Amino acid sequence: MLIVKPPDISSSAITPKDQYLNRRRFLRGAVSGVVAAGAAALGAERLAEVVSPSTRALAGTRLETVKSPLTTTGEELTSLKDVTTYNNFYEFGVDKGQPSMNAGGLPTRPWTVRVDGKVKNPKTFDIEALLRLRPLEDRVYRHRCVEAWSMVIPWIGYSLSEFIQQCEPLSTAKYVQFLSYYDKKVEKWGSETSISWPYSEGLRMDEALNPLTLLTFGLYGEVLPNQNGAPLRIVVPWKYGFKSAKSIVGVRFQDRMPPTTWNDQAPSEYGFYSNVNPNVDHPRWSQKTERRIGLPFYAQRRTTLLFNGYGDQVASLYNGMDLRKYF
Amino acid sequence: MKRSNLILLKILTWLACLWPLGRLLWGAATNDLGADPTATITFATGLATLRLLTISLAITPVRRLSPRLNWLIKFRRLLGLFAFFYASLHLLTYIALYAGFDVNAMANDIAKRRFITVGVAAWLLLLPLAATSTNFAIRKLGGKRWNRLHKLVYAAAVCGVIHYWWQVKPGVLTPLTITVILGVLLLARPAWTLQQKWLRNRKAAAVRARG
Repeated sequence: MLIVKPPDISSSAITPKDQYLNRRRFLRGAVSGVVAAGAAALGAERLAEVVSPSTRALAGTRLETVKSPLTTTGEELTSLKDVTTYNNFYEFGVDKGQPSMNAGGLPTRPWTVRVDGKVKNPKTFDIEALLRLRPLEDRVYRHRCVEAWSMVIPWIGYSLSEFIQQCEPLSTAKYVQFLSYYDKKVEKWGSETSISWPYSEGLRMDEALNPLTLLTFGLYGEVLPNQNGAPLRIVVPWKYGFKSAKSIVGVRFQDRMPPTTWNDQAPSEYGFYSNVNPNVDHPRWSQKTERRIGLPFYAQRRTTLLFNGYGDQVASLYNGMDLRKYF
Repeated sequence: MKRSNLILLKILTWLACLWPLGRLLWGAATNDLGADPTATITFATGLATLRLLTISLAITPVRRLSPRLNWLIKFRRLLGLFAFFYASLHLLTYIALYAGFDVNAMANDIAKRRFITVGVAAWLLLLPLAATSTNFAIRKLGGKRWNRLHKLVYAAAVCGVIHYWWQVKPGVLTPLTITVILGVLLLARPAWTLQQKWLRNRKAAAVRARG
């Protein structure tokens, strides 16, 4: 029997070459602009520091984006300040304000992502190549933390499925594991906890391939600030925030459910699925409601939606599953 | 200690005790309570409670270091009552901003969530202490009974720290500092009793030897 595979990339999904070049020029121009301004401010003797591939030269770099039909509408955005100064990134400290102060040393260039496990051939992707792989889309998503607070964030990226295609997983690959960057010297705050690093997260293959799952490079029109998981992370908007691994260096395709950090830490509190679900309480707090970040204390409380309001797109992934058992 | 110094110190203690509340009120008025105001209020009132309880429990061991520090006892009631004040604000924050005054939700939380159970227990343990904090109550109860009743503060402090540990995510070690300090302060009491006993025995032995 002849099986005709659809082409990997439909021609409509391919960005015209001149548009790519434009983006590169734009990026390069923006970087050199920042560098020039920095040099003027700091004096020539510190120019080398600014020009070296440091995160400071990249933070604030504008990204060229296209619109997406998968963006969430009708929500007021959480302010850039709150999105970038209220972070759970325990490798840089357990207080929400710490990552924005401590993550400056995260070396976001050069950066590669190692892909292995159940794939045709293990590969290593460079961040620059990943930035060019597909047009970057603006995607506003609600973000619901397991701690019962929420934000609305304008992310930038493309569907993770586009990247997974490039990884050429085998049919035996049922799960994808994401491993975050970890260096004791850069992330010394991680050892103030009893958590074993690097951070590991995972998705079932069909969850990873759902178009909502975003491979994310930026927010608010710019390159991701380090504390938000630079230079690339995933965003899985219908799951609690900790499922959305930051600063990814490894992607491993597995035939079995991979170990994940919070699940290892407390299996009764953090399930592998961790879909946002107001009907399944966390043992220590109710998930029925949430606090919207950035509002006055008397106006924060709102009802939590099943699958964080993305049920139309993802509920079918869990048909026939008892969501209380597989929480 | 001179009376004027004592008054000055009392004023400073009042100001220090009111500082966390002042910051919250100022923050609320200027809309500057951080990204998650509800969490800011909850954390600030909870931390103030634990800190004030710890300081009030430090007074007895510190006084025992030297008779010249006896005047510290004049501050214990003030600190204890402020601890209860912040504990009550903390509880009110939960009732208003988390449970939304829903009695069923509260009953459910207390029955199901151990960190809330132990937190409410801590507040209930502090309640009779605050209620019997007046000179009238001390006279009415008699010093001995009053003292015995106020031993409940140890249980309240332990419940408070357990509440903190059960609230943070497993693996987070932030409550460690206050736990160690409180542990030292609580252990200082039996240690002191043992030392006194040992000193008495030695004295008695010396008297016998001489006799």
